Amino acid sequence: MGERVRVKAMMPPGHVRAPAYLRGKTGEIERSLGAFKNPEQLAYALPASHKNLYRVRFTMAELWGAAAETPQDVVEAEIYEHWLERLPNAP
Amino acid sequence: MDEMDGRRWHDMGGLPAGEVRKDDHDFALWEKRVDALMVLCGAKGHFTVDGLRRALEDMGPEAFEKYTYYERWIAAINQNLIEAGVYSIEELGTRMDAVQARGPSYGEANLQDG
Repeated sequence: MGERVRVKAMMPPGHVRAPAYLRGKTGEIERSLGAFKNPEQLAYALPASHKNLYRVRFTMAELWGAAAETPQDVVEAEIYEHWLERLPNAP
Repeated sequence: MDEMDGRRWHDMGGLPAGEVRKDDHDFALWEKRVDALMVLCGAKGHFTVDGLRRALEDMGPEAFEKYTYYERWIAAINQNLIEAGVYSIEELGTRMDAVQARGPSYGEANLQDG
């Protein structure tokens, strides 16, 4: 099982690459995709640092709660490291 | 957009969207040129797709209603090129007047400019 992470729930203004519907949600890392220049700096034509990008897997149950039609199905989204908080793995 | 939770207008994932249109559509020549222009701007290092997205997002929901997809793109490309110093506002205005003087269609432009 992949490492458990939570997408940071912060809501800053400006160009952000972490979609709002995933913020504050918990998922697991499906794979590491490598490091890319930070789009949140590139968007303003600033020198950009490299950030690791991860594909993170979320269950529909986690995202939509009781409203999920197929709670076991998953959504995978690509999220930069600075938007993720590592969580202790479930026992 | 919910003013309380800080979600920006373009960040629509998970919101009710109604029916999804699946029909295809053709693009006009100018729209293909706008797309090609964005490719060139990236290749030349003037700005990235992230700059394009930032300018599109900053246009706000009114622009999303009022303008077509590539109308928003050319405005966002222009915004980034101005910021990058590729041309000045004055140069842009002068060129826009020159292009407008060619006439309203490609056909008329060809007749006048050869």
